[in-house]
Amino acid sequence: MSIHIDKQKCISCGKCCKACPGSLLYQDEYKKTFIKYPKDCWGCTACIKECPAQAIKYYLGLDIGGRGGHLHIKQEEDYLDWYITSPQGETKKVRINRKESNQY
Amino acid sequence: MQFKVNILHTDLLIIGGGTAGCFSALTAAEQSDCKIMIVEKANIKRSGCLAAGVNALNAYIGEDETPESFVEYVKQDSEGVIREDLVYSIAKRLNTVTKKMEELGLPILKDENGNYVQRGRGSIKINGENIKPLLSEAVYKHRSIEVLNKVNMIDYLVHDREVIGAIGFSIEEPKFIAVYAKAVICTTGGAAGLYKPNNPGFSGHKMWYSPFNAGAGYAMGIRAGAEMTSFEMRFIALRCKDTIAPTGTVAQGVKVKQVNKKGETYVRKYGEPTTPMRLYATLMENENGNGPCYLQTKGITKEQEQELYKAYLNMAPAQTLQWLEHNTGPASQNIEIQGTEPYIVGGHTASGYWIDRNRKTTLKGLYAAGDVAGGSPKKYVTGCFVEGEIAALAAVNEIQQKLSPAVDERVIQRYVNSLHRFFENGSCLYEIEELEIAMQKIMDEYAGGISQQYAYSEQKLIIAAARMDELMDVAYTLQVKDLHELLFIHEIIDRLYVGRVLIEHLKARKETRWKCYQENKDYPEKDDANWKKYVNSIYGDGKVNILYRDLIERDEAYEHSH
Ligand SMILES: Cc1cc2nc3c(=O)[nH]c(=O)nc-3n(C[C@H](O)[C@H](O)[C@H](O)COP(=O)(O)OP(=O)(O)OC[C@H]3O[C@@H](n4cnc5c(N)ncnc54)[C@H](O)[C@@H]3O)c2cc1C
Ligand code: SF4
Ligand code: SF4
Repeated sequence: MSIHIDKQKCISCGKCCKACPGSLLYQDEYKKTFIKYPKDCWGCTACIKECPAQAIKYYLGLDIGGRGGHLHIKQEEDYLDWYITSPQGETKKVRINRKESNQY
Repeated sequence: MQFKVNILHTDLLIIGGGTAGCFSALTAAEQSDCKIMIVEKANIKRSGCLAAGVNALNAYIGEDETPESFVEYVKQDSEGVIREDLVYSIAKRLNTVTKKMEELGLPILKDENGNYVQRGRGSIKINGENIKPLLSEAVYKHRSIEVLNKVNMIDYLVHDREVIGAIGFSIEEPKFIAVYAKAVICTTGGAAGLYKPNNPGFSGHKMWYSPFNAGAGYAMGIRAGAEMTSFEMRFIALRCKDTIAPTGTVAQGVKVKQVNKKGETYVRKYGEPTTPMRLYATLMENENGNGPCYLQTKGITKEQEQELYKAYLNMAPAQTLQWLEHNTGPASQNIEIQGTEPYIVGGHTASGYWIDRNRKTTLKGLYAAGDVAGGSPKKYVTGCFVEGEIAALAAVNEIQQKLSPAVDERVIQRYVNSLHRFFENGSCLYEIEELEIAMQKIMDEYAGGISQQYAYSEQKLIIAAARMDELMDVAYTLQVKDLHELLFIHEIIDRLYVGRVLIEHLKARKETRWKCYQENKDYPEKDDANWKKYVNSIYGDGKVNILYRDLIERDEAYEHSH
């Protein structure tokens, strides 16, 4: 389970480093964030929800069925927009209202 | 590395700012004017079990239920060995803590009459994605609560068998932290990472329980001589294959069945469908050549499928990603299920501190709440809130008559030296990660892990115990290079303590009470005549000493006698 950080997009705000429940994220000498222990990632997406620059994406390891797809999240007021990209590069959006309950 | 020594004082120290910890702090702040400090190894915004979100409130007294019927249900599902008094005290307050969480902003599904919509027995539907940020925002509104994030606690400060604070270190800067307090509540959650996990390679931490809850609270209590209960009642979850995502959303939410490769329902072939039985039956079907086993979702509607995508994104996003990246979904494909590795977690089973009705442990000045507290299975999120509340009320009451404890510089220096030692250790043959892998392998092979279909024998446990003791010796010789490695080594040491106690508990129960959770091959039958009792332990002089206690009933007012 892991995440990937696009250093080009990272604006060095440090929010993800604070939020990670395993404190796995650190900043390099240019203040760009990297994951120091990729194998230790729980896959909780806390860092992705924090990131204002959509620099972090989440993917499944090959050992748990990954085949190149990934997801990222954009937050807009009460909405979380989940963008899920298939291995072929097609992106689907799933919009969730944070103030609405699940049906199941 | 040189550590700066920081000595702090507060009235009430809460170790672990998770579900129970945040709720205790809120209660103490609302009900008293004492100074409260939460010390958290990560950051309370998303730390602990609630990080990704949860999918339902699994303990709630619904319309056809009463606190009494809840106790009966938990008792039956747990084969009779529970602390009925504790479960009852939780049951009576489940609905008021739910109301409070709703007031803090948690969305709960309601019908047209404004009643909560139930999802199966005693469970209500929510959007739990944001539950932890809501709790932490509430905490930060109180000026009497101070939060220390990114500080990992490692041991209690104890004076004359009384807990007077705790010590730890910052993982951001070389700072040693000692907090002295009039009362301490331990809310560090349960223990994951003891056994070789489902996905031992790259996705090793894609597990059900939080891999960052390494059993610190148990280990601190064990080392300080607190009495522990029911570690042998391990928890093993039945989960979606690979992603280890919860199954309840589908099984109870959409109401689908567990089927084998032939599409036959199978659980009742093996017995009453209790939580452990649903797991055991799945294991047996695989053993008998009828695997894989599934949740039969094929044929649900497209609308249901869309709702499931969302529900999983709100708690276990890996599952939705797995569906969508394979261009499939639950409407067209059944969900394969598997058992996880065993965990020690008092919020699902009964393992943890032996406590009285006020959540007081057997050590003076120390309370325990949530997954770290024993005796009451099936407390889940809301039960953890209730325990946090009960512990906080008792602790603030105790604080009224107490003076601040005195600082003992020598003790502090000894602890600082113990941290230095890991930096000063010469280079060693072994890496920290190797130690973890070795421990997980021993537990897996000799203490009933996945590869053994969760079963064990006394002979195997004896081998496990000896090898765990050897690893404990090695652990103290490892060299660390930075603060994160210092954190890793302490997590492993804590797991070794928890594992060591677990092994003795597994050995002590000479019957098989819970399928998979505790399956003793030397005594494969349940033995009600002799074993309707608790297996407890107290660690001392390097030994785990086992004691047995009689069952405590619902209306008994149990108090510690020492
Ligand atoms: C993936 C998952 C899904 C779940 N889904 C549901 C659900 O849908 N419904 C439901 O009712 N229940 C659910 N549960 C159960 C429920 O979430 C837990 O029982 C409950 O959250 C545990 O609360 P806690 O306070 O004991 O532990 P946590 O909330 O985990 O808090 C423990 C805290 O202690 C901190 N800590 C640990 N060690 C140290 C240390 N050494 N020093 C300082 N701090 C430390 C941790 O970082 C963490 O913040 C789920 C559990 C999991 C793991
Ligand atoms: S997904 Fe969770 S565990 Fe993984 S790096 Fe992000 S915050 Fe940390
Ligand atoms: S939250 Fe995003 S932008 Fe901020 S430091 Fe992390 S990766 Fe960079």
